[in-house]
Amino acid sequence: MLNQFFPESLALAAAQVVLVILLSVGVVLVARRYAIHLGAEVAISLTRGLVQIVAVGSVLVLLLQGPDWTSVFVLVAMVFSAAAISAKRSQGLADAFRVSLWSIGFGAGVVILLMTWAGVIESSITSLVPIGSMIVANAMNSNALALDRFRAEVESHTGQIEAGLALGADPRKVVLPYAQSAIRASLIPRIDALRSLGIVWIPGIMAGMLLQGANPVYAAVYQFVVIAMIFSSSGLTTLASTLLIRRRVFSSAQQLILRSD
Amino acid sequence: MTSPTRASGKRSIILETQSLSYATRERCIVQDISLQVPRGEVLAIVGPSGSGKTSFLRLLNRLDEPTGGKVLLAGRDYREIAPHILRSRIGMVMQIPVLFPDTVADNLQYGPRARGAELEAARLEYLLSHVGLPGYANRSVHHLSTGEAQRVSLARALANSPEVLLLDEPTAPLDGKTKREVEQLISQIVGDENLTCLIVTHDLEQAARMASLVMVLENGKLAKIGAIDEVFHA
Repeated sequence: MLNQFFPESLALAAAQVVLVILLSVGVVLVARRYAIHLGAEVAISLTRGLVQIVAVGSVLVLLLQGPDWTSVFVLVAMVFSAAAISAKRSQGLADAFRVSLWSIGFGAGVVILLMTWAGVIESSITSLVPIGSMIVANAMNSNALALDRFRAEVESHTGQIEAGLALGADPRKVVLPYAQSAIRASLIPRIDALRSLGIVWIPGIMAGMLLQGANPVYAAVYQFVVIAMIFSSSGLTTLASTLLIRRRVFSSAQQLILRSD
Repeated sequence: MTSPTRASGKRSIILETQSLSYATRERCIVQDISLQVPRGEVLAIVGPSGSGKTSFLRLLNRLDEPTGGKVLLAGRDYREIAPHILRSRIGMVMQIPVLFPDTVADNLQYGPRARGAELEAARLEYLLSHVGLPGYANRSVHHLSTGEAQRVSLARALANSPEVLLLDEPTAPLDGKTKREVEQLISQIVGDENLTCLIVTHDLEQAARMASLVMVLENGKLAKIGAIDEVFHA
């Protein structure tokens, strides 16, 4: 309907932005009725997301015309940004930025390198950057979920953790059940994405390939490959981050330093 | 104030604190406490709520790091002992019994397994019988009463064969009858195993029944220490 009123592409885009912002405001207002105050965070996130994606889109236009090797710098910058965003979600956890940086770098890096080497991801910048960014972004989400869940588990089980410590147990062993729980919880969205692929949703890459006239079966299989890569990188990332973070909730004298009080 | 115990006789000192202190950014919780506990003695720690009793006990188990002073275990600064070794030598039973969501046997095996050892079946059953729970080994902890859970918690601490046992108001969550039973049980075990024991309690009568020595804490400071009769009738 909007395209009837706004035939120009830029005007149409602006109208679409206004519409989805109104929709988000509606959600915020409904949440507020139930004393869930999302207003400030949603306003900042919407503004930030819009500015970022427009800025990145503009930069990408230039970057995608550059040599392929520049994609390495673009992806590294994305990993740093992802680590910073993850760390903000993990306040209270010591070294959250460094842990996130190593974990996302490791999880996304291994998958991108391996798949590019195998030729699953083309090494051209126009392929590597968009697919790489999806892998990094999902690794970031899983990492943030894992760290947040781990912190919550530790904070709600201080009694059991200290009971274990008081019996002379290794701190890493004491918090192992909570690390396992965090990994499982953080991977639920990725597993559900694999499980529901094609039935509940047809993700962007496949849709784009179909619109470009690709063979539907090839487009579907490639989409599966991308989602599986995302699962793998998320799994590696959360394994790394929970293993790295679990000893950081203790002091060098094996005292629990993360507390909710 | 510093005041070593006087009822030591010729027994060796197993646990000693020297000007032990613990402060957070906001306040001093434990201030300058010095004492000596002879091997095999039971020391009751009494004082009003917020006087630092539990914090003092946590320092002895090194669950918190002292901000000043020293703790010596059998004459050795406990910072020289690896924390997990120290904690298997100084057992601690918390006020609220926190058990691991497994069987009773798994809970008793927790400490020994942490050291790579296994508690023999006979020893496990002996400990359970000792705390009045014979035949409970394969029961799930989810079906235990608070009194039973506290007994398992005590047996679990004893499974490490500690040299010193710290008890943080172990009968506080229990009702009158169970409270008295657990109290008698602790006294019996401490006597049988010749354990050195520090017990935090609000209850002065309980302190008199269970301990030979008593330490009174006020606002994190040691107010009085000595034999029960001397302190309570001074």
